[in-house]
Amino acid sequence: MKVLVAVKRVVDYNVKVRVKADNSGVDLANVKMSMNPFCEIAVEEAVRLKEKGVATEIVVVSIGPTTAQEQLRTALALGADRAILVESAEDLTSLAVAKLLKAVVDKEQPQLVILGKQAIDSDNNQTGQMLAALTGYGQGTFASKVEVAGDKVAVTREIDGGAQTVSLSLPAIITTDLRLNEPRYASLPNIMKAKKKPLEVLTPEALGVSTASTNKTLKVEAPAARSAGIKVKSVAELVEKLKNEAKVI
Amino acid sequence: MTILVIAEHDGKTLAPATLNTVAAAAKIGGDINVLVAGQGIGAVAEAAAKIAGVAKVLVADNAAYAHQLPENIAPLVAELGKGYSHILAAATSNGKNILPRVAAQLDVDQISEIISVVSADTFTRPIYAGNAIATVQSTAPVKVITVRATGFDPVAAEGGSAAVEAVAAVHDAGTSSFVGEELAKSDRPELTAAKIVVSGGRGMQNGDNFKHLYALADKLGAAVGASRAAVDAGFVPNDMQVGQTGKIVAPQLYIAVGISGAIQHLAGMKDSKVIVAINKDEEAPIFQVADYGLVADLFEAVPELEKLV
Repeated sequence: MKVLVAVKRVVDYNVKVRVKADNSGVDLANVKMSMNPFCEIAVEEAVRLKEKGVATEIVVVSIGPTTAQEQLRTALALGADRAILVESAEDLTSLAVAKLLKAVVDKEQPQLVILGKQAIDSDNNQTGQMLAALTGYGQGTFASKVEVAGDKVAVTREIDGGAQTVSLSLPAIITTDLRLNEPRYASLPNIMKAKKKPLEVLTPEALGVSTASTNKTLKVEAPAARSAGIKVKSVAELVEKLKNEAKVI
Repeated sequence: MTILVIAEHDGKTLAPATLNTVAAAAKIGGDINVLVAGQGIGAVAEAAAKIAGVAKVLVADNAAYAHQLPENIAPLVAELGKGYSHILAAATSNGKNILPRVAAQLDVDQISEIISVVSADTFTRPIYAGNAIATVQSTAPVKVITVRATGFDPVAAEGGSAAVEAVAAVHDAGTSSFVGEELAKSDRPELTAAKIVVSGGRGMQNGDNFKHLYALADKLGAAVGASRAAVDAGFVPNDMQVGQTGKIVAPQLYIAVGISGAIQHLAGMKDSKVIVAINKDEEAPIFQVADYGLVADLFEAVPELEKLV
């Protein structure tokens, strides 16, 4: 079966971001960008499904600027067969991304679509669920285990009190949680080979999708800074401070 | 304005996060209705009707809504929600699972994990693991929002007397079914609701050593959390994880033991009132957010702390 994986180019998770002085957003100039960590897990899961003989083709898709081709090449080096970039310079909302992905799903007809559970920039945790709504497919969000059997997929999900397993009819949408797998690294020969794999570039207009949004970001500010704390010398001093100064125990 | 709040529950009891969500609704202003969807949920509906400030409780009791499968509940919420100005749910695993599906069905953008209400259409929410706060305005006819529980003080669970109304609509998409669940058992307070949280990280070295934290937690009436490193190393189950990808907590007192303080962990606890760090590495980033830091070997400091509190 065909598996579609969505990946996002985001600021690297190790970067401590800074808010711009004019409060229009965070400063992303000259900041290291990477594939969103949850998307790496999604790619890894698709590659493992292919290695198990469950998946026959892996198509990786990204929606974003021209530079997102780097992340698509990374996914190709990890084992995806071909890539699609839906090029859009503007910052899209999750709903707009979900609509664009729906158009790609209509075109490609995958049996399984795997996304990360959230992007570490917007922290929205929406796109997978929205894509599931638009396609009418079942959704297995926050997956920690995925097992395909016949025309069903069993997904074990991380929920607040523990784990839950649901069975979904294929085609289905899955979003990955951190513990689903440990993503591999791309080897140099595979990075070289990935340069030759096909990468198709589309536009929202070509897909006939409107990316209009009902949300508008008015400003972005730095969070309130915590006032500097103190170092205590002993446990006894710590307990004394917590009891008498902070009054929390 | 009329606001629909989706009740968070496990089928038997109403989750405290519902009270924080109703508090957010009260800040927006207007009539508040609560939807309880599930199977055999009479007790939850009764509890919802007692919440202070709730005008009406809608009860959708049907086998299709058992286990909160989003494929069945989202169409119900979208159908009912058309008549409301706002639809709110707690940013729990259920709320996050269901609400974006509702938003897409209503063709509106969602606003996730709001931490404050600026006005009826403008809200603030953290982005980039809490390193920036965005103020977002929605022009949607129905505003679909998840609420970060720690951003709002809960309303009183008693004192209301809302009318209870049954909802007949049944949606069964037939695309998903519940297979089973495995819930972690714990006698300690729930992590997200606890007044004191004691968390351990990679510095605990193994799962057995968490007994020191459990002993301290029991003495303080605290919940026990963990960093991702401790969860990935298999010391403790993943529902104990505090951070960007785990639970968000904001207790009165957060004690971080053997936790370095990575950005992703701080995202889950830096709104705690008082933060204490116990770490033997005095350069650990956790000391930059800690109100009280103790540079010490945790295996000596934690048992001593347990004796003294």
